[in-house]
Amino acid sequence: MTTEELKNIKARLEIRAGLISAVRAFFDSRGFMEVSTPVLINAPAPEEYIEGISAAAGFLRTSPELQMKQMVCAGYEKIYQLGPCFRKGEFGSRHRPEFTMLEWYQTDIDYKELMDFTFELIKESVFALKASYEIEYQNETVDFSQAPEIINVADAYQRFTGKSVENADLTDEFDTLMVDCIEPELGKGKMTFLKDYPANRAALARLKADNKEVAERWELYVCGMELANAYSELTDPREQRMRFAEARRVRKTNGFVEYPEAEEFFAAMEKGMPECAGCALGIDRLVMLLSDSPDIGFINPDFA
Amino acid sequence: MFSASDLRKGLKIQIDGDPWVITDFDFCKPGKGTALYRCKMKNMITGNTMDKTYRSVDKIEKPDLEEREMYYSYPDGEFFVFSDAETYEEMRISKEFLGKKIYFLIEDSLCQVLLFNGLAIDVSLPTFIEKEIAETEPGARGDTATNVTKPAKIDNGYEIQVPIFINTGDIVKIDTRTGDYAERVSKA
Repeated sequence: MTTEELKNIKARLEIRAGLISAVRAFFDSRGFMEVSTPVLINAPAPEEYIEGISAAAGFLRTSPELQMKQMVCAGYEKIYQLGPCFRKGEFGSRHRPEFTMLEWYQTDIDYKELMDFTFELIKESVFALKASYEIEYQNETVDFSQAPEIINVADAYQRFTGKSVENADLTDEFDTLMVDCIEPELGKGKMTFLKDYPANRAALARLKADNKEVAERWELYVCGMELANAYSELTDPREQRMRFAEARRVRKTNGFVEYPEAEEFFAAMEKGMPECAGCALGIDRLVMLLSDSPDIGFINPDFA
Repeated sequence: MFSASDLRKGLKIQIDGDPWVITDFDFCKPGKGTALYRCKMKNMITGNTMDKTYRSVDKIEKPDLEEREMYYSYPDGEFFVFSDAETYEEMRISKEFLGKKIYFLIEDSLCQVLLFNGLAIDVSLPTFIEKEIAETEPGARGDTATNVTKPAKIDNGYEIQVPIFINTGDIVKIDTRTGDYAERVSKA
């Protein structure tokens, strides 16, 4: 990035800096402790379609999830972290292989209470920065103070694709329909929480106690853009091992790299993990919204 | 075959036997899902456009496209004959396919011919050619405005819009991509 380009990007980077200050103030006022876990780790969580970047003898973290959960197991009740994460090959108008993640965990709450918390976090951060709850993004107005839309994944498929989510899964169209037909309809004028994912897309979320077909997971959307992913966290180490084994199998089929088993994480979990909920939010995407940037490149100084 | 990760703006691919060029491209990935490649594309023969999203497992056909440098040689009835700059091999391209480009063919000028499965699907002529104005109303002396135009004919009968100050016998430059007047080269 040239000196000229850096000068031009300054107003957008001021929005980024302001947002980060506002986010920290929000967490600090709610009694959260900021933590910093290592960026260079040995054993990333094996997720089906997220690939790590090798560095030194290990990997750059794809997320701080396992390390922060170890802290939760050790009795840290409210923690948050802001920092870089890395994902191989992800480069597009809303993706960079290096991006800034805001991740937090709180014990004794579930994904619904986390939804309320996240709504407040974003609403208050936007207000702290803009002195208004309204923003304009690519000629759409969003009012962050409006009660959010909450929609189940199954209903979203039915409503926006005319297909059942089970059918979409069977024909391997879950992701393409999500991107082409559902996401553009979410977060119009206010926040949308898309919740209750099918169990086979639970990732690290626990299944509903009264319906094992559905996972307690939601994603937050604004203006069709995915901002955050959250779970009532899975606390059962046996089920967690089974999920990782399945993810490893899929990874292997797709030629993804094999990670070492996250034994320290499992050891912590086996001693007992408190009920908790956690969320990961892409800071760059929120900065895009607040700076009316159509492409993530507008807010990321790419140094050569 | 291309794999989905090869997709990018400008890549030429084949779908159902037709060549398409990708005009817009984005990588995306729904939460925890697979990588997806969203493409906007244009049919290189019909000019039709469409959107298509590929998954990382998808394979995409490679079109048999070849760009050759050819000299325009001579007209032959309903056809125009071009000869390969390297092999001198001759190729006949129909008048119908060339459309208004037939008015801008200049003997021995170097052209780019795009072939799909051995058949020409696009011919690019030299971007600018010079032609003499064969017929136009007399120019208004001293009027150098370029935004007021009048019709004029070049030697082969093709009609273009030229500025008022152009006279019969002037040499003008024409943009072969649009078929429009570009500038005056010299006065009669």
